[in-house]
Amino acid sequence: MAYLDISRVGISFTRAGRTSEVLREVDLGVAKGEYVSIIGHSGCGKSTLLNIVAGLLRVSTGAVLLDGREVNSPGPDRAVVFQNHSLLPWLTVRENVALAVDKVFAGRKSSGERRDWIDANLKLVNMTHAADKRPSEISGGMKQRVGIARALAMEPKVLLLDEPFGALDALTRAHLQDQVMEIHARLGNTMIMITHDVDEAVLLSDRIVMMTNGPSATIGEVLEVPLPRPRRRLDLMEDPVYAHARAAVIEFLYARHALPAIAA
Amino acid sequence: MSTTAIKSPIASTRERSDVVRAPIGPIVVKRLRAVAAELVPPIVVLVLLLIVWQILCSRPGAGLPPPTRVIDETWDLIVHPFYDNGGTDKGLFWHISASLQRVALGYSIAAVVGIALGTLVGQSTWAMRGLDPIFQVLRTVPPLAWLPLALAAFRDGQPSAIFVIFITSVWPIIINTAVGIRNIPQDYRNVSAVIRLNGFEFFWKIMIPSAAPYIFTGLRIGIGLSWLAIVAAEMLIGGVGIGFFIWDAWNSSKISEIILALIYVGVIGFILDKLVAMLANVVTRGTSVQ
Repeated sequence: MAYLDISRVGISFTRAGRTSEVLREVDLGVAKGEYVSIIGHSGCGKSTLLNIVAGLLRVSTGAVLLDGREVNSPGPDRAVVFQNHSLLPWLTVRENVALAVDKVFAGRKSSGERRDWIDANLKLVNMTHAADKRPSEISGGMKQRVGIARALAMEPKVLLLDEPFGALDALTRAHLQDQVMEIHARLGNTMIMITHDVDEAVLLSDRIVMMTNGPSATIGEVLEVPLPRPRRRLDLMEDPVYAHARAAVIEFLYARHALPAIAA
Repeated sequence: MSTTAIKSPIASTRERSDVVRAPIGPIVVKRLRAVAAELVPPIVVLVLLLIVWQILCSRPGAGLPPPTRVIDETWDLIVHPFYDNGGTDKGLFWHISASLQRVALGYSIAAVVGIALGTLVGQSTWAMRGLDPIFQVLRTVPPLAWLPLALAAFRDGQPSAIFVIFITSVWPIIINTAVGIRNIPQDYRNVSAVIRLNGFEFFWKIMIPSAAPYIFTGLRIGIGLSWLAIVAAEMLIGGVGIGFFIWDAWNSSKISEIILALIYVGVIGFILDKLVAMLANVVTRGTSVQ
């Protein structure tokens, strides 16, 4: 069995007496240390799938197993990097990370160890210099780095990234993608990332999971990206493997599973 | 080459010291100008109002005394705020401090109860559906309408006055707290779910700070209302207090004393409002609306 096993997961929401099925029969196994991206058009339920793995939503059918145990509530072993950073604006950068560290490691680490651990994680994302600033005083890219530090500091079994770079400009995004790749290489985390950026998916992932359009969305295809690591974006520009993977994803999204004209 | 290299730092130092020294004068002038821009308009308007008041009330047969006579007649009260002849014959300081004590007690209870109830109503849909209609009706009851009921229940003026303060200021605190709690972004709830904060930690670390700007809006409206209510309540219950002082002065036809008391009431209400605003600013670290 895979490290993270998403098995025949389906979810429906009932609103005002009308039930709509968002996901049906989603089957996916993720190996330890693997980087998996989930890509699909808006409204295909990819964020819903991530929230199920996070435990923020309960499945209607099927189950999610992490390391052999069923997931049915949120927890720090499945830390989430939220799309809009979700830092608490009244806390400093350090306090935001500390809130998670102090809670997750209460009783397991002494206060000194926890402080060192907070520092280490801020250093990992190069945010030591702004540790005492508030979220309103730092840029969007910096906020997202703190969000990543907060999630990594929980030592999650799986790191869940919900369109982590979606709200950033292209240059900042590239910079952060490189940092995430470096962290993944160094720590070997298992990562699941939601994205709708084809290049981002190909550059970062070991496998790309492509979702069909909703309602009742499911996994349409899974693409292996057999590029060696470490990957450098400049070298990949001309790489035939990269180009082929990119073309396959684009073909899936825009030829076979294009959004109907009304929805787009 | 070498000479220029040695010379240039000296030149730059001299330049820098000039730069530092030169603007001290202009900076002071600028500050003074900024302060003057704040202070001059209200002073001018105040002086104009006093002049108009003086002219209007100096005519024979005027109902109210002009400012000069107010100062003349209340001079003893102004310079001796601390005298105490026993009973209710005390200086204005004692009256005001008695009123402030009642407000402090009633308002503190209102703050605690208001934030607690507001949290409940904001957090639980069931509590909101059950309590909100009742709150909406009760909050429109005028403060003084509660007084007879309070007197009947407590059989004493002091707790009744405190109850009136409480019941007047609690509604805006409840309603604003509830709105603040309801507006906590789902993201913050998700974050606390992922790190598994318990209910108590969620309340102190997420709910209260997140809703603080709303809570302080309620607290600020509440302090204004309670100061409004205390004067009216004290007129009816008697004893030491600024409200009773005004009523007593009216009964002895000392109009100048009423005017002096009104000025004190206004200034203290203003200070109370600013104090809560300052507290809000400190607690919410500048994110609350001024």
